[in-house]
Amino acid sequence: MKNKYSIFSLIKNAFSYHENWEKAWKDPVPKKEYEIVIIGGGGHGLATAYYLAKKHNIKNIAVVEKGWIGGGNTGRNTTIIRSNYLWDASAGLYDHSLKIWESLSQELNYNVMFSQRGVMNLAHNLQDVRDLKRRTHANRLNGIDAVYLSTEEVKKFCPIINTSPDIRYPVLGGTLQKRAGTARHDAVAWGYARGADEMGVDIIQNCEVKGIKRNGNIIEGLETTKGFIKTKKIGVAAAGHSSVIANMAGLKLPLESKPLQALVSEPIKPIIDTVIMSNAVHAYVSQSDKGELVIGAGTDDYISYTQKGSHDIIEGTLNAILELYPIFSRMRMLRQWGGIVDICPDASPIISKTSINGLYFNCGWGTGGFKATPGSGDLFAHTIANDEPHKLNAAFNLNRFVSGDLVDEHGAAAVAH
Amino acid sequence: MFVINCPYCGEREQSEFKAGGEAHIVRPKQPTELSDDEWAEYLFMRKNIKGIQFERWNHIHGCRKWFNMIRDTSNDEIKAVYKMGDEPPKI
Repeated sequence: MKNKYSIFSLIKNAFSYHENWEKAWKDPVPKKEYEIVIIGGGGHGLATAYYLAKKHNIKNIAVVEKGWIGGGNTGRNTTIIRSNYLWDASAGLYDHSLKIWESLSQELNYNVMFSQRGVMNLAHNLQDVRDLKRRTHANRLNGIDAVYLSTEEVKKFCPIINTSPDIRYPVLGGTLQKRAGTARHDAVAWGYARGADEMGVDIIQNCEVKGIKRNGNIIEGLETTKGFIKTKKIGVAAAGHSSVIANMAGLKLPLESKPLQALVSEPIKPIIDTVIMSNAVHAYVSQSDKGELVIGAGTDDYISYTQKGSHDIIEGTLNAILELYPIFSRMRMLRQWGGIVDICPDASPIISKTSINGLYFNCGWGTGGFKATPGSGDLFAHTIANDEPHKLNAAFNLNRFVSGDLVDEHGAAAVAH
Repeated sequence: MFVINCPYCGEREQSEFKAGGEAHIVRPKQPTELSDDEWAEYLFMRKNIKGIQFERWNHIHGCRKWFNMIRDTSNDEIKAVYKMGDEPPKI
């Protein structure tokens, strides 16, 4: 049993200058065989292992990660959490996740700094107004908190927004989900890793998958840089590299991997106490607890695995930020980075079995996977353990691209890309 | 961010172009005879390669012509550019 983090353990460890904290997770050598191997040690993969161990009582699990845990998109996103999606299937999926977020720190005994500061989406033209109103109604029918705000109400909720009618894309209104907010992204990966490790999951870092071995239609194991690992079930949560893993197994997925950029400013005093997103001008912004503005930009339209991105994307985003918030005109940006996001044609994820027995994919989260981390892990664990989907992720199967039953969230659900 | 050598206009910044995805996906001659699986394969399934990829681009802020490109998606290095209908060059 790991020592519980508490005010008392903090005081106790202060006496030894915080040099004797127990390691949050081990650094094991891979065993020869596991019951289940999860590929990808980001939030989704670690959460999957955690729920497999906790809810399905499977302990012989490994998570293999080519770099370090949480070093991919988990550590590269803008940490926005919300569930105001248009379609019933998406609303169910993302609100399931949001409900887990609300008690996650207590469950993991790890402060994920979940802050329900609200997410506001802006409307800039008549079509935006209609779409946002429609989505607000759809959200409320699904039991998700959503309100439509007039321009004056937007200004009242976030006074620094420029609501002048004279700007290029004037603010005509907006929606607000108050239960939405942000969380500390690293802490989510670390909290799940610590919890999974405690239940006996092996978290194997610096272990890149090089091949997937199968006998006909049955999974036999995987080749890694730390040797061959035998297993009958593989769950892939490899985000931007999902297609690379799929190609190893001889599968094709309906994904395109593109760079998505974000940037942070120098830290300043609290100025914006919510998250504001705008689809039309493509900029979103919040403020971290350190005081930095966290700004999300768009994706490039070409496939790339470079974790960079084009400057014209950043330029467009900052143009929009400056017009909406003239107060930021002299801010300096500290850092800019890219993450590789795997985008589905319908901008909805895939949590699904495949045509190969024992191979499961959790991918296609595109530009909005962070918010879904707990729910995604829970439902993917269910899918792997029972070899069939939970009712909340049944719509998000691979077969929808054959049947045509897509969950088309592109543009419909405040997806900014 | 990179520079693309448009086969019609010469070297221009990438921001003048629109990426059109994987190249050499042939439209089925008889779409009505396809099974749902084959239709999904044509419409949605992509190689999404990390490495050398064949893809289509359009010079939308220039000549507006489509052309093909061979590019390494792991480092954005362009290996070759060739016109629509041409055989891909050996690289």
